[in-house]
Amino acid sequence: MALLQLESVSLHFGGLVAVDKLDFSVEAGSIVTMIGPNGAGKSTVFNLITGIYAPSGGRITFDGRTISGLKTSTIAAGGISRTFQNIRLFAFMSALDNVMTGEHARMRANVLDSLLHTPAQRAEERRVRERAFELLRFVKLDHVGENYARNLAYGMQRRLEIARALAAEPKLLLLDEPAAGMNANEKGELIDLIRRIRDLGVTIFLIEHDMRLVKQISERITVLDHGEKIAEGLPDAVCADPKVIEAYLGAPA
Amino acid sequence: MGRLQPYALFAAAIVLPLVFSNGGFVNFLADAGAFVLLALGLNVVVGFAGLLDLGYAAFFAIGSYTFAMLASPQFGIHIPFWVMLFVASGVAAVFGILLGAPTLRLRGDYLAIVTLGFGEIVPQTFLNLSQWTGGPNGIGSLDQPAIFNFRFGFQALPYYYLILGLIAVAVLAASNLRASRLGRAWMAIREDELAAAHAGINTTTTKLAAFAIGASFSGLAGCAYASKLQLVSPDQFGFNVSVAVLSMLVLGGMGNIPGVIVGSLVISSLDRFILPQLTNFMHGFGISIDLTNSRFLIYGVILVLTMLFRPEGLIPSRQRKAELRAGPDVLPAEQTLYTEAAP
Repeated sequence: MALLQLESVSLHFGGLVAVDKLDFSVEAGSIVTMIGPNGAGKSTVFNLITGIYAPSGGRITFDGRTISGLKTSTIAAGGISRTFQNIRLFAFMSALDNVMTGEHARMRANVLDSLLHTPAQRAEERRVRERAFELLRFVKLDHVGENYARNLAYGMQRRLEIARALAAEPKLLLLDEPAAGMNANEKGELIDLIRRIRDLGVTIFLIEHDMRLVKQISERITVLDHGEKIAEGLPDAVCADPKVIEAYLGAPA
Repeated sequence: MGRLQPYALFAAAIVLPLVFSNGGFVNFLADAGAFVLLALGLNVVVGFAGLLDLGYAAFFAIGSYTFAMLASPQFGIHIPFWVMLFVASGVAAVFGILLGAPTLRLRGDYLAIVTLGFGEIVPQTFLNLSQWTGGPNGIGSLDQPAIFNFRFGFQALPYYYLILGLIAVAVLAASNLRASRLGRAWMAIREDELAAAHAGINTTTTKLAAFAIGASFSGLAGCAYASKLQLVSPDQFGFNVSVAVLSMLVLGGMGNIPGVIVGSLVISSLDRFILPQLTNFMHGFGISIDLTNSRFLIYGVILVLTMLFRPEGLIPSRQRKAELRAGPDVLPAEQTLYTEAAP
């Protein structure tokens, strides 16, 4: 059974149809990509999955449970992490604190533990801190752990966001245009990083515009245009699809 | 800051009233201490969690009245002071949640306006519920704390030590909270609420915890202050109190515990010493302006000057200093985007 399943999911804003009866699924252990022209509704699909919007119709199931209508924090704690198209780090918290915050849902300390710094709370803080360091090492940021997120270089901020997302130990990682603004070198590293994440057993669903990168890593591509799925399949087949070419370049004269 | 510095300061605070034992001065210290407690509580809400609360005096009022109603001849109930500390901070915390709940969807200016409304409603309610609260006269002859057979009486000194002890507890609580799962969650919400929710932080309960804990500190302050004054009345908890406490945070350094303490001591001494002294001083030159009447004008000027010259406050946290001194994007994402993007 698919890890993530969207069944006839729609989202309307008044008369505007942002997503129209979308059927879509992500198999566990895969790397899949959603592409589409600007404004096609790709990020909106992410926002539906993470509970920022509740679908106007249809159902989203994750890991065998219906998640549509749940709170964002509940969905996140349930195993879906994400990054954002415009980086949304905690700008004035250290890189390490950013990653430790990502582990929030996996921690147990309650208000009283936090107030009294009980031995269990201290032990948990130590564990979480060590694990956060490991994750920083994983994305090659362990040398800047004490710096504010805001003061990191752009490519580093992208990697830090991924580390924060991984801190929750997600089953599914949503990456919203992770390669945006990266140079060729950084893109190469990103591809390597995405593969290493998949090797950890995390399923990856990304939105991306860079077709070279998409073709190199995705096993399946879905194309969205005006909130509708217009094509789906293997990278080469999808790119040759006349409907896809029309969506990007317009109909032939 | 050195690790021992807080202990040294605490020791100095213990000795201080023994060295300067003038009754008026000790009395001032005790009152200023109550405001330090309030500032520490408001700091949890505004400084840690970033929720601008303009009606914080409401919780001070609730704490004080809880004590007044349950430890005075008003209803003939005399619950011991030490028990009332817990009761009053608990009641204040519950009201923190009750008043916090409707504001959860609000942010920034909107939140500030709603809390401002609560700050006005609460003292008004105490004023009008005169069958229970004594109306404009308030409630008098409140019980005094006692330790075994020693009653605190009307001297300021025991109250000073009581409040000092409460401050120590509050400082410990606030700094522990700051360096914890909950403290990180507050900071994350302050930085980016949406990203915090995506990190699995339940923003509803986390914000309510800030309101409740912040309010509970003012419950402690309310108990101590009311028992020292032997009286509560609605006019002690007006908007000016909320503003004064917020000014303490802004002046001292929001989010930073030592800063908040210094800020509240500066504002309190301005109120009690500096303005009256200046007024006397000017009288000596034949200028008869009563500066104590224009204290809010002077607070305002101080706040404007703080914002102009030291927006992060006197003793800021590293974070807030960076935030306010960074200027527009040191390393702008956009710039990197354009210079590094492959063609």
